[in-house]
Amino acid sequence: MTDANHTTHHARTYPRFLWYVLGRATDGSWLFYTWMFVLTAIALVGANAWAHQVVRGMAATGMSDHVSWGLYISNFTFLVGLAAGGVMMVIPAYLYGDHDMHDVVIIGELLAIAAITMALMFVVGDLGRPDRFWHLIPGIGRLHWPVSMLTWDVVVLNGYLLINLHVCGYIIYQRWLGRRPNPRWYLPFVFLSIVWAFSIHTVTAFLYSGLGGRPFWNSALLAPRFLASAFVTGPAFIVLTLQIVARVTTFRIPEGAIRHLLSIVRITVLINLFMVGSEVFTAFYTGGVHATAARYLFVGLHGHTELVPWIWTAIAFNTFAAIVVLSPPLCARRWLLNVALAMTFVGVWIEKGMGLITPGFVPSTLHELVPYHPSLTEWKVTAGVWAFGLMVFTVALKVGLHGMSRPITEEVA
Amino acid sequence: MAEENVTRRNALKVLGATLGAGAFARALAPLAEITQFTNLREFMQKHYRELNSDEMREVLHRLEQDTEHRYGCEVTIRDIRPQRHTQFAYALNLSVCIGCRRCVEACHQENNHDRTTHQSYIRVLEMEQGSMDMERGNTNYDHDVPAPGHFYMPVQCQQCENPPCVSVCPVEATWQETDGIVVVDYNWCIGCRYCEAACPYHARRFNWRRPEIPADEINPNQSYLSNRIRPQGVVEKCHFCLHRTREGRLPACLEACPTGARVFGNVLDADSEIRWVLENKRVFVLKEELGTRPRFFYFFDR
Repeated sequence: MTDANHTTHHARTYPRFLWYVLGRATDGSWLFYTWMFVLTAIALVGANAWAHQVVRGMAATGMSDHVSWGLYISNFTFLVGLAAGGVMMVIPAYLYGDHDMHDVVIIGELLAIAAITMALMFVVGDLGRPDRFWHLIPGIGRLHWPVSMLTWDVVVLNGYLLINLHVCGYIIYQRWLGRRPNPRWYLPFVFLSIVWAFSIHTVTAFLYSGLGGRPFWNSALLAPRFLASAFVTGPAFIVLTLQIVARVTTFRIPEGAIRHLLSIVRITVLINLFMVGSEVFTAFYTGGVHATAARYLFVGLHGHTELVPWIWTAIAFNTFAAIVVLSPPLCARRWLLNVALAMTFVGVWIEKGMGLITPGFVPSTLHELVPYHPSLTEWKVTAGVWAFGLMVFTVALKVGLHGMSRPITEEVA
Repeated sequence: MAEENVTRRNALKVLGATLGAGAFARALAPLAEITQFTNLREFMQKHYRELNSDEMREVLHRLEQDTEHRYGCEVTIRDIRPQRHTQFAYALNLSVCIGCRRCVEACHQENNHDRTTHQSYIRVLEMEQGSMDMERGNTNYDHDVPAPGHFYMPVQCQQCENPPCVSVCPVEATWQETDGIVVVDYNWCIGCRYCEAACPYHARRFNWRRPEIPADEINPNQSYLSNRIRPQGVVEKCHFCLHRTREGRLPACLEACPTGARVFGNVLDADSEIRWVLENKRVFVLKEELGTRPRFFYFFDR
């Protein structure tokens, strides 16, 4: 078969494949339609709030010149971690040849797509002038690469999105054709995605840790901490997803995959707590400028205690989760395990958001203490982006799992 | 029968998709108002450093028209370039500063700042004697000055030689000019505020909303890189009043100072007062340990 033949062949079948994808994405039970309807409603509220914010200005948020990043960048940071967390399925499936994991690995890759989509939406939501986003496009804009860490983030996040779109898209397309996917066309990208997953969260940590004027972030431990907490939330979220998929679809979820992911959480949840402890010790034992933000966060400063309930909730949630996942009798109760996984997901969300972004700005660089409270607009946009991301994830799962269930009818030599 | 079901389902899907798209368009409808603060020509405008002189003229003319249209005030906006053999520096005598904040007010008026937030590029810290710890400083004092047992430290952009704000900008919307002044192209900034996070001196300000100024309070002598009225959603900062200083005048904050605490000039000019201060006073810079190399110096005189 010549290349030319090959091309014409795909030019004919690919549109039909897209039609199939559209059909799968919009077909489902009443439960599916209700779920999507509710998410659409929330996404619409978010879209409307964002539109008002663009027109009236960022004064609609609770941010100020003192706390110039808030809920949006918090969620962005967390979601980059969630996207990277999916790699904890890819590594066992492809590097260690774990067959159980291999059957469901596409769920991790689809999660990466949905999480990166959300992360990028949060960045756009945080821009004062989203109409000027094209200034970031190399060639027509002026991308300040390699000096600005933010440009690295633009490059690695979009790259990670494209890699995962390619791997998932290619495999589902081949399965739709009834063919066994050719490893030559996806395996190199899978291995690239493993390295890339680490890079996205490292670069995101460097955004903050590279700023000398912000002692709270200026720590070499930030990138390792980000990775550790990402590998808590990713597997935790996937374990919950796998159980939901097992319940609402006929797709077979191997117990081995869940077991493997839990053993990862057992380690990472401890590493994460350990690293938080190390930061706390260094800050409080040393004192000085490094301690002021930490004091504000953990115990309050000059009568300001806005973040104290947040961070202690996070620590309590993460500690509770650690106790449950590490104790076999507690872990055996599936409902308790699921509660613990959900709690650590929320715990890390707080720790990386209100527990990390806000205290970087409080006290400010001139040591003024201006608190930050997210506005209603920010909560609406945040809920909207999450709802949209869950819609992307739901549709991706529907299409992906249906595709993966199709029989292989045509063996290509 | 089965076929009928499929057709009906497809019809419902199309209906659902249409309703969804309609609702989405409705939710985003407020975006149509964006034309109130931008237009196609502004959207397409190139980076400051890519504009040739004809294009620059056109841009300035458009900005003047926009200002008249939106603020009802006739203004002149020029593009004032740095002079050769010039390195600006600023020094501030902490012994004579009384914390009156007239510099803050002068900046507010000279630079067409937003009136509702009473914005200014300068913050004055009231410091306790015996400590250089800004933690003990207070910017919100409201009593007669100078208060006993205190000294006053005005802080504005330090025009660092190694500016972290410039490094972090993802789109090169901010840069250092040859005379040392760090400027912002307000028409190129995307409003990500990474520079605000990176600055160790709280020198940068973001336009959280469209600045409001009554027409009769607008300073009509404006320049592209300095005091023209900023658009909504972009970052701004102190520019050493470059529309004045590049033409041999002094910054507005210096002229307003009643005690002569402020000294400004070209350090390459051997006879300048700033040169004399830097050579003869025991000057220091803020947060020297960060390696930002400010060109804004402080000293005590008695």
